[in-house]
Amino acid sequence: MKLTHTSRMSGLGSTRSVMRGAGRLLAASALALIATMAHAQDKTVTAVMHSGLRMLDPILSTAHITRDHGYMVYDLLVAVDADGKVQPQMASWEISDDKLVYTFTLRDGLVFHDAAPVTAEDAVASLKRWAARDGAAAFLMAVTDSIAASDDKTVVWTLKEPFPLLLDVVAKQSSVPAFIMPARVAATPADTAITDYVGSGPFVFVESEFQPGVKIVYDRFDAYKPREEAASGLAGGKVVEVDRVEWVSMPDSQTAMSALMNGEIDLIENAQIDLLPILETSPDVTVEVRDPLGYQGFARMNFKHPPFNDARIRKAAMMALGQEQVMATMIGNPDYYWLCGAIFGCGTPLGDETGADSLKAGGDKAKARQMLEEAGYDNTPVVIMQGTDIGAMGSVPVVVAADLREAGFNVDLQSMDWQTLVSRRSSMNPPAEGGWNIFTSFASGVEADTPLVHPILPSTGDTGWFGWAEDPELEAMRAAYLKAGSFDEQKAVAHQIQARVLDNVIFVPLGNYSFVQARSNKLTDMLPTAVPVFWNLKIAD
Amino acid sequence: MPGYIIKRILAVIPVMVIVALIVFLILRLTPGDPAAIIAGDTATPDQIAQLRRAMGLDEPIYIQFVQWVGQLLRGDLGTSLLSGTSVNALIADRIWPTLNIALLTIVMSVLIAVPLGTLAAWRHGRLSDHIVMAISVAGFSVPAFVVGYVLIKIFAADLRWLPVQGYKAPTQDFLGFLRHAILPALTLTAAYVALTARMTRASLLNVLGEDYIRTAHAKGVGETKVLLRHGLRNAAVPILTVVGTGFAMLLSGVVVVESVFNIPGIGRLTIDAVMARDYPVIQGMILLTSGIYVFVNLIIDLSYSLFDPRIRY
Repeated sequence: MKLTHTSRMSGLGSTRSVMRGAGRLLAASALALIATMAHAQDKTVTAVMHSGLRMLDPILSTAHITRDHGYMVYDLLVAVDADGKVQPQMASWEISDDKLVYTFTLRDGLVFHDAAPVTAEDAVASLKRWAARDGAAAFLMAVTDSIAASDDKTVVWTLKEPFPLLLDVVAKQSSVPAFIMPARVAATPADTAITDYVGSGPFVFVESEFQPGVKIVYDRFDAYKPREEAASGLAGGKVVEVDRVEWVSMPDSQTAMSALMNGEIDLIENAQIDLLPILETSPDVTVEVRDPLGYQGFARMNFKHPPFNDARIRKAAMMALGQEQVMATMIGNPDYYWLCGAIFGCGTPLGDETGADSLKAGGDKAKARQMLEEAGYDNTPVVIMQGTDIGAMGSVPVVVAADLREAGFNVDLQSMDWQTLVSRRSSMNPPAEGGWNIFTSFASGVEADTPLVHPILPSTGDTGWFGWAEDPELEAMRAAYLKAGSFDEQKAVAHQIQARVLDNVIFVPLGNYSFVQARSNKLTDMLPTAVPVFWNLKIAD
Repeated sequence: MPGYIIKRILAVIPVMVIVALIVFLILRLTPGDPAAIIAGDTATPDQIAQLRRAMGLDEPIYIQFVQWVGQLLRGDLGTSLLSGTSVNALIADRIWPTLNIALLTIVMSVLIAVPLGTLAAWRHGRLSDHIVMAISVAGFSVPAFVVGYVLIKIFAADLRWLPVQGYKAPTQDFLGFLRHAILPALTLTAAYVALTARMTRASLLNVLGEDYIRTAHAKGVGETKVLLRHGLRNAAVPILTVVGTGFAMLLSGVVVVESVFNIPGIGRLTIDAVMARDYPVIQGMILLTSGIYVFVNLIIDLSYSLFDPRIRY
């Protein structure tokens, strides 16, 4: 009412003012419309990844989500193709006749996201920081004389003695790849997180839109120069066909499923197994296994404390366990799990199932009971730690506990959240004083397919992985693997390692399973890699 | 009044100090190791120990406490151990979705619940009263995630009128905000309507039995006027308390609804921080929550005098 009165009173001037305002409004609306249309034309892929990203330093953390972030933002000197062969990526290489000098030459046109050229100095600094953290690189550094830049494009790696697996180590795809960063970033101490996220990879990290644990945004790096070869595995031309990639985390699997079916997101990297039947009904969604190697579940016993400081009792426990019951409980759908006794994975070049017959046959409780009696088991309680907040994996300790009870073990199954378990497993105290006897976990196929990278294999006692297995014989085999000059020699040593691991029960393979991804049919040409990569893929309008 | 406000604000200080001390100690005594989480599952014990040293987590607890208090006195809640982001910035970023949805929820709840509660009190013992009470019991009894999933199924998955998940800031896209916020707000409203309607009914029934209501009727004042001006106004104090504490509860984190609708609010921030043992974020969130409760209670206390002239500060 008051506004109307004022308008009348102001007459023509007011009318002009209104017209001007309307004009401005129209112009603003047109601009907004254009902006909206431009945005609509952007090719954006929205993906729900297996975990929220919080930690941005792929050298400091072995977490897979941080590794995956690394592949978006950074590049590697050399990379592994779909056949597991090392191929040039940022650099080609030459090896001296005496196998002591590896010369890497950076290809032309490599630039960082801040437009600075990638130099050999950057590569040297990055390799040194990576080598200070990575377990496999530690073997390499033990025989390294120097890593130096001889000019802007040449890195010279000089060894004290031949190391046939040098390229395999530098090209390793998981869990800590040798990502190349600017020298100023790589100067950050290896135990301190980086705060500058400039890389030279095919995507640029959009720091202003980063919400830790919620959302991370990558824009296509227009100055990225892909290799000319077709993409293969993590090697070849990383041709980016989309403008932007957004990773969003959704704590509720059902919401993620509904969002995919509603067209709000394009990809669920790891769809919950029990929701797959619903997803499969959608004509707009494809459910598939991207990584054929998948994951291997395992049980780890504590070598420091009774009863598993006795190899005979460890063997009795392994005899009680069967993979079928574990996988059937955990995954349920046999399309997505398979029994596999090979510690380096079934179907891999080094895969070999020696010693796993009882595991694949469902275990033998009567025999386990007999072995337990022969070993003089005194009913010492076996503390099994069960992580309860890790989805289907939380069911594995329950099955292990049931099998062990049936074989005559006195089992104390203790439930806790995964982070408590992660903290408690580092305790070397006796189980009654905050320690433990068994926990279960899983390893990615690509980071457990050779003795070089397998994370649980090191058996050096207190300096080894949790459980602190001590086995000098196994360590000698690992050393022999590193020096093996041919694939046949490597395979022969890997066979010995397989037999030794199951004979001494360094860990118990509990079966393999797949991450199953669900994607919108608008997404095509996604590479079948263990690490989810977003180059090569296309999205329909 | 100003003297009372200053006194109340000063009284907050010892409360916050005690909260800070208890939170700090409890977190340090809880099992869990942020260094192990950052290092990842396949990290070796040596790598984790190296990281723990670099992050200062191997320092004695009292030194860590002194460092944290020093930061607090400068208004700095610290830095997230996981992301390296300032806790102040994290909270500032994540509080808005929670705050906006809480406001929408409270507005919707009051608009629905107060008339319903008034109707129930007015028609006490009749069918409409029973219906309102039945709705209240249902709203209170059905878990939020069930309401959320049902709403998603109907309005997002089947009818496709609204998005399943996500959040848009109202400052950038108000219609987008409403489209994204309406289902989570409705989910929360179910419980808050039940609570507020029951409180309105009970409070109003109490007031309607007072002598001055009978006097008003005797003077020939109309039913509606008696109900709204004499009844509802005098019944407002306990209703305000419920609304206020409900708002504080919403702000302190509606984890389930934030998870079901994928809203990046402070509820999810807190849970994520707890699961990852991100001590500075947990400490910051608990201090914030305590502050919100104290502040909201102060506002409620002050607002009593608006409805009840007998209350003076």
